[in-house]
Amino acid sequence: MGHMQNLSRRAFVFGSAAIAGGIAFGAFGTAEAAATAGDNPLTAGLGPNSVTFNPWVEISPEKITLIAQHADIGQGVGSVQPMMIAEEMDLDPGQFEVRFASPSPAYFNTGFADEFAPFVAADQSPAAEEARAKTLEWLRQSGLQMTGGSSTLPDTYEKLRVAGAVARETLKAAAAKRSGVAVADLRTQSGHVILPNGTKVAYVDLSADAAKISPVLDAKPRDPSKWRMLGKPMTRLDIRDKVMGELKFGIDLKIDGMLYAAVKLNPGKGQPLKSYDASKARAMPGVKKVLEIKNGIAVIATNSWYAMKAADAVICEWAPSAYPAEQADHWKVLESSFKPEFLGKEWRKIGDIEAGLKTGKLVEAEYRAPYVAHQPLEPLNGIGLVTDKGMEIWVSHQSPRFVQYVAATAISLKPEQITFHNQWAGGSFGHRLEYENVRVLAEIANQMKGTPIKLVFSREEDFLQDIPRQIAIARHRGSVDQGKIVSADLQLASTTPLKGLLERSGRPSKDPDGQLAAGLWNVYYDIPNFRATSYEAQGLSPSTTWRSVGASTSGFFTESFIDELIHAAGLDPMKARIAMCIVPHYRKVLETVAEMSDWKGPLGNGRGRGVAFVESFGTPTAEVVEVSVTERGIRIDKVWIAVDVGKVVDPVNFENQVQGGVIWGLGHAINCELTYAKGAVQQTNYNHHEAMRIYQCPVIEVRGLENDPKVRGVGEPPVPPAAPALANAIFAATGKRIREMPFNKFIDFV
Amino acid sequence: MCRSNNSTTLAGAYSFDVTSREDARKDTDMIELTVNGIKRQVDVVAEMPLLWVLRDELGITSPKYGCGVAQCGACTVQIDGMAVRSCQAHIGEIAGKSVVTLEGLEKRDQHPVLQAWIEHQVPQCGYCQTGQIMQAISLLDLISQPTDEDINEVMSGNLCRCGTYPRIRAAIHAAAAKKMAEK
Repeated sequence: MGHMQNLSRRAFVFGSAAIAGGIAFGAFGTAEAAATAGDNPLTAGLGPNSVTFNPWVEISPEKITLIAQHADIGQGVGSVQPMMIAEEMDLDPGQFEVRFASPSPAYFNTGFADEFAPFVAADQSPAAEEARAKTLEWLRQSGLQMTGGSSTLPDTYEKLRVAGAVARETLKAAAAKRSGVAVADLRTQSGHVILPNGTKVAYVDLSADAAKISPVLDAKPRDPSKWRMLGKPMTRLDIRDKVMGELKFGIDLKIDGMLYAAVKLNPGKGQPLKSYDASKARAMPGVKKVLEIKNGIAVIATNSWYAMKAADAVICEWAPSAYPAEQADHWKVLESSFKPEFLGKEWRKIGDIEAGLKTGKLVEAEYRAPYVAHQPLEPLNGIGLVTDKGMEIWVSHQSPRFVQYVAATAISLKPEQITFHNQWAGGSFGHRLEYENVRVLAEIANQMKGTPIKLVFSREEDFLQDIPRQIAIARHRGSVDQGKIVSADLQLASTTPLKGLLERSGRPSKDPDGQLAAGLWNVYYDIPNFRATSYEAQGLSPSTTWRSVGASTSGFFTESFIDELIHAAGLDPMKARIAMCIVPHYRKVLETVAEMSDWKGPLGNGRGRGVAFVESFGTPTAEVVEVSVTERGIRIDKVWIAVDVGKVVDPVNFENQVQGGVIWGLGHAINCELTYAKGAVQQTNYNHHEAMRIYQCPVIEVRGLENDPKVRGVGEPPVPPAAPALANAIFAATGKRIREMPFNKFIDFV
Repeated sequence: MCRSNNSTTLAGAYSFDVTSREDARKDTDMIELTVNGIKRQVDVVAEMPLLWVLRDELGITSPKYGCGVAQCGACTVQIDGMAVRSCQAHIGEIAGKSVVTLEGLEKRDQHPVLQAWIEHQVPQCGYCQTGQIMQAISLLDLISQPTDEDINEVMSGNLCRCGTYPRIRAAIHAAAAKKMAEK
């Protein structure tokens, strides 16, 4: 870490054409697909006359199974990942089954290499690429299997297409051997190898033959210009089942002989139970047992509702929280964290910041972002069964191997004794990277050996145990002189989302939390004196990754402050950003959103527009928000958004993800916060933490660009610019600068 | 916890003061209702919300548990033709009535609302969508050609955390157009 500090921004090879088409991952994908035969987790479960070429493709005489490597938390993994394989294999939807990956290091996430390496995304210098290659090697060795960081496409774009190509070419080789026809004279279509005389051989009929030959490892994926399905509007494979109500989420599963559990846990997160009185609960209908667990109680009943009612009736005395009981004290700790002893890191320094701040007009502002909950609509749940052999667990989770670790640790088993079955999730937004339901379920099932236990968190319990998004304060300073931004000194104090998650995953890290740099140091404006510094507040609520993580708060701070500097310099917010942007294809993103929104400067008449640009997870994203002032408050009329992902693989899902990200960003910025009182959060259902409903939802116009040299993800990047674009629009419409989320504390919304 | 707004009523409905555990277990009643055209009997307490009867007693899982307090709409079903939050309907009060869940819609595969939902690829995670669809069907029964304002009015009780609202709007308009064309 720290390579950036002494480098001039001029030293970056921004937007270089040297790395074209994701060569780094291409090379990896081929090598990986070739090298996994020994480690392929599908080999162990293979039936007779069946074949697997790599960890993503399995063919038996009956069926073809494609593995979705990542967790499907609503972002479409269960569709787009098998479709990438199917594209190369010449399979049609309906000709294959999809299964979620089991825990295995073979499914390590290559897509984190860019985010974890200590270089800003647009830096494609040889030094940056070398650091990413080293990070990739570390990821491979550690076998980090995780869904997150908008990495599902960056991780799988190359390797799944290679995996499909290897399958296709090996099936052709098997057909060639059987028929005596040269491979060059064979083609594939709709799940068959086609011989020159028109004879069709189904892939499933070739499985036994294919198992006897070596996979064709040098198979190349096709050029995107040859795609049949990818890059065009596709029907998601899960759409029909979701619309017909037939898709089973984790919460919908039922196992013979199963009993239902509900819990009441210490709302002072992580602290134990002191004592309890369950006499009333034990007498309630449907109740079988009340169990004591480490940080609370569990009720076992014949149905979830009986269990929840009885859990609510247990009177518990809790050990006090380890963090301040009252919210005001959380803010006080943050306020006093801008000190050397709490320094996370000075992430980037350009020019002479102290001299710069003394030049021209000084602008100073403090910004705040509160704790926020994830609260996907499907509450945390899971089914667990402990026997003498180990534990079987059915739960939706983004980190399969860490589920094994957490469950095993909770009940003194070895991780390999935990059999994990991943499930379709009713949303996550970072919630299903945490483990509270996993740990508690392991404890309960262990006390109920031999009986499958279905645990469902009540919504209230889910809120109380939701490890929130980081809380943060930014103290930014900058200066403008002669119509230019001369300096920007960006500082924030925050809790640490990624460090916290890694620690709870059994991988504690001493490094500064890299997510506190996201949205803070990756600023691509030509500002000659620049510094970005993070401070890590101690002793506050545990915090974790929430859709777009560090950039969800820093993006708001940075792009609001840049807007303040631009206004102080007397410039147009859009034109100034375009003029200052030093990465050519990032500038194009801004120019695109300017063109989409027909940006011409101030609107007047009680209307206003704001723009914001944030690169997060390598994806440059620009948004324009337009608002009107009405008698009842601010109305959000329209949003335009341009996003450069290198390649739009699944256009319908792309638009859906982008619109969803905007709605997520706006909704929470307007009206969501978690506040602590007596050590527990005060918000326990959606009426306290509503985000956006349909009546507030603006029209959102989306455009995807394909200029970035790498394929980038899109689940999170639309979130960070939404809040600052809205705050900047409100400033344009009203002259009022809102520097703290949620905005509805300061202004009404229609 | 569930329905905190009327917890007094709920608590009062239980015989919490009974001394024997066995007696408490006899709090349940055999209740008969029609679900998706089939007569069903359940042996539960009368206060149990219909949602949990459907999900845990009858294994009908399209109505989803989201909030338990009528804040999200994921549990929406029809009772005697009306869209109702099944987390708020006590089973004892709907004995003898007819409940239709998404699974029980007539000609489900050709239903114009479901078709529009598929054509517009509305779902992301999909967890709220069965409730959204049941509410949208009810909306179109009330107003055959709804405006965006009508949609905002009727659909605002249905929360979607993924943010599929633009597609929900489009699908409702498409379903309305389709129904109009079929007339």
